[in-house]
Amino acid sequence: MIPPDLGAARPELRKIERRLLLRGTLSLGMLSMLSGCDIGDNDGLERALRVVSRFTDRMQAALFSRERLAKTFPASAITTPFPFNAYYGLDEVRTVDEASWRLEVSGLVGDRKPWSLADIRRLPQQSQITRHICVEGWSAIGQWSGAPLSAFLHHVGADLRARFVEFRCFDDYYTSIDMQTALHPQTIMAVDYGGSPLPPAYGAPLKIRMPTKLGYKNPKYISAIIVTNRFPGGYWEDQGYDWFGGS
Amino acid sequence: MSRSSRAERVHSPVVRLTHWIAAASMLCMIGSGWQIYNASPILPFTFPHWATLGGWLGGALLWHFAAMWALTAAGLIYLVHGFLGGHFRRDMAVPGPRAVLRDLSSALRFRLAHHDGEYNAVQRLLYAGVLLVAVLMVLTGLSIWKPVQLGWLCWLFGGYDIARRVHFALMTLIVGFLVVHLALVAIVPSTLVGMITGGHRRPSAAKEAVR
Repeated sequence: MIPPDLGAARPELRKIERRLLLRGTLSLGMLSMLSGCDIGDNDGLERALRVVSRFTDRMQAALFSRERLAKTFPASAITTPFPFNAYYGLDEVRTVDEASWRLEVSGLVGDRKPWSLADIRRLPQQSQITRHICVEGWSAIGQWSGAPLSAFLHHVGADLRARFVEFRCFDDYYTSIDMQTALHPQTIMAVDYGGSPLPPAYGAPLKIRMPTKLGYKNPKYISAIIVTNRFPGGYWEDQGYDWFGGS
Repeated sequence: MSRSSRAERVHSPVVRLTHWIAAASMLCMIGSGWQIYNASPILPFTFPHWATLGGWLGGALLWHFAAMWALTAAGLIYLVHGFLGGHFRRDMAVPGPRAVLRDLSSALRFRLAHHDGEYNAVQRLLYAGVLLVAVLMVLTGLSIWKPVQLGWLCWLFGGYDIARRVHFALMTLIVGFLVVHLALVAIVPSTLVGMITGGHRRPSAAKEAVR
């Protein structure tokens, strides 16, 4: 088992790495020997790789089925402690006053009234013990409970033919998913972890949990949900992670 | 002797083309795979940066999946051609243990003769083995990429965590094959020419192929 990424040094390191994105990546002798061509022009190469990534996204969407469920586990399989993970360290976690917190709802919906935490808890709740898989390769099993996102979308009169559901977070994270995944029965608005209210480290007061997607597509600290046809991208997706990020 | 008529060619154009596409994409997949591994190592070491491809995890993933499509395409063309075109039946029929022992012992004493266009028992075993490993590599890769959508495949390899380790272990076998393969090419450089130009068989070998 890989030790959870709790270090504060890692995000810093990542920021530097990101700046290097594909620049310098081809300093690698392996490939320059192979192609024998000038390795200075990396922007065209990066564009080409991203075009392929969009093709991969389409293949992922084609592979996805709303009927196929992620494997669930017994309580004994839960990873303790469940690792904290964000683009910053544990000591930088932001919190809000849960009583005054509201979920903004906008875009292609019938009712834009903001939702309180109590409103969300009034929807029918369900619980799941599923494997969270990080794009880095490690995984951990946890238990989340909350209302299915599909019930919420029906409730606010969302246009279910819209292409994307976008999530904005008060830690300045953002991501977006396809409507098919938004309507998947295991995609839930998690308000509890392990039977108790979601703690700050795991995204209090609201996290969107979907075991059919990688960790970076499971946003925490939600402040707004937007139904849209305009491609919203995402924090990591804009830097190179594939947008679909499906498991 | 007439120049490279069909029967005299060491490697068909399909084999040569798919070999080089597979070789390039395999190197890309190994280099980017090492970078992906470094993001969350399974063993107490990481790969040196110079040996990796992609610069960071996101870049490595872009490379890994781009190379995956190229390798899959080349692999499918090669397999279909190998089965339907007779390349597997003709050149890669798995040899009996006696032939393997004979050729292996002469190989270890550096006395195994090489005839371009003819695979000896050790080669047959090695090529058939690495093809099997490559297929398993693709299947374990698919199962850790899509553990939900291809849940049955992931289950077959023992679940996500084990499949991930099997994927890594298979990579070491492929790298091991590459080392042996390149060493043998260095010993018999004419094989490299054959894989690039198609080359031509020696008269004796050509006769045997016609027989």
